[in-house]
Amino acid sequence: MHGGARGAPAQRAAEAAAIATGQRARVVATLIRDFGDWGLAEDCLQDAVERALRTWPRDGIPRSPAAWLTTVARRRAIDLLRRRSVERAKLAGADWLDGEEVVEVPAIEDERLRLIFTCCHPAMSLEAQVALTLRFVAGLTTAQIASAFLVSEPTMSQRLLRAKQRIATAGIPYRVPDESDLAERLDSVLGVVYLVFNAGYSAADDELAEEAIRLGRTIATLLPREAEPYGLLALMLFQHGRRGARFDADGLPVPFEEQDSARWDRAAQAEADDGVRHGIRLATRPGRYLLEAMIAGCFAVTRADVIDWSEVVALHDALAEIHPSPIGALNRAIAIGMRDGTDAGLRSLDDVPGLDGYYLVPAARADLLRRAGRAAEAAPLYAEAAALAPTDGERRFLERRATAP
Amino acid sequence: MEPVKYMMFVVTDSNKDTEPDESDVDLWVDDLDARGKRLIGEVLQPPAAATVVRVRDGQRLLTDGPFTESKEWICGFDILEVEDLDEAIEIAARHPMARNGQIELRPFMVWDEA
Repeated sequence: MHGGARGAPAQRAAEAAAIATGQRARVVATLIRDFGDWGLAEDCLQDAVERALRTWPRDGIPRSPAAWLTTVARRRAIDLLRRRSVERAKLAGADWLDGEEVVEVPAIEDERLRLIFTCCHPAMSLEAQVALTLRFVAGLTTAQIASAFLVSEPTMSQRLLRAKQRIATAGIPYRVPDESDLAERLDSVLGVVYLVFNAGYSAADDELAEEAIRLGRTIATLLPREAEPYGLLALMLFQHGRRGARFDADGLPVPFEEQDSARWDRAAQAEADDGVRHGIRLATRPGRYLLEAMIAGCFAVTRADVIDWSEVVALHDALAEIHPSPIGALNRAIAIGMRDGTDAGLRSLDDVPGLDGYYLVPAARADLLRRAGRAAEAAPLYAEAAALAPTDGERRFLERRATAP
Repeated sequence: MEPVKYMMFVVTDSNKDTEPDESDVDLWVDDLDARGKRLIGEVLQPPAAATVVRVRDGQRLLTDGPFTESKEWICGFDILEVEDLDEAIEIAARHPMARNGQIELRPFMVWDEA
């Protein structure tokens, strides 16, 4: 084995942990394929990882960490199954049962793809899909997932258990969907990842947001001919890239054009730009996430007066054609206001359907009026928006605007 | 892989699709029969024709009408034999009642060989 006993013990332990963590999804996916039992796969993976953390710092990192973990986990699984006396029903193929040698994990990455598509199968509730994806693909602990979604650990534990049971009882197959279903199923998967990202983004939970970004990168890598994963990845990176500038010292949101672009994460934005370029090359017609990423990209400029509002409106028009939504219509109306002036914007806002009681509608109106110097008309709308605001920081920001628009 | 059996309940739904599906269900039936995906299936008479049987304290109790009070009722069934749930979903989605009503897919219980 290489990677011998150089370096301080803590460093070796950290290295071992990082490498083992990086292989978790691949290994658990292989185990699920082999044994068809998610709970068993989970437990045996955990055992193998614990063994790795004990032995790798001492003996060195194996040449193929994934194969090492898989072999150890498989042996444990066989051991457990023998004790449960259900060998015939569960074991998929016995060739490697007797061999003691380390088996190479197949180079094809579709083991993780199977895992991802199955975790996000639409025959399960969205809650279940999110929980399974974070547990099995991202490798978060039940406690971490519970905390991210503001439920107790026992509640999340139950949710995961029911989800695993549902896979077995409903007969959800462990496979990558057929070509004909791929676009729709991929949309499900991306929806789960974006949901996780938004949970992180709205709670300013950088770790959760970064977990979603990692998932997005994995999916884009595993499906290199698909454009939408790059679109979603770029969208998340554009949004995440601004996290340093979004809030001021008092926790109030900073309006976009007042954000200090020096606090933007340049690496994230560069990767986002790459993602958009990649997506455009791959897409015959841009999908929802790619369009949203391109819109976000229009705002990734250092001076607000350089924003190409015509481009923003055009992209919103394209988005509305394939993925109409009230929020999309709202954002489009704002862009029209910026491109064509206050009255055009207000008229477009009138046409936005179904957002009664949503704070950003009066806020958008107020903002257009404020920019036109119509402070007296803006003030009561800011107050209305403040009353409807979902967070303390936003409420305080809007109240401040209401008193001094 | 072993094929799996699903019970497919064809059920009414007061919230239908915006456009009714007027296709001929016999086309759906014939296609599946030809491919060996459908083992058997029938249309059922409406709930008014139902009889519910219970035995309580040694007494046989019969009620007319279905066991459930709900607005929705089972109007037919099919037994499917397919690769997996995805195939069952794909088949169910093509039945006219997927748009004019709803379809419930319930896998048969599988008993582990000891």
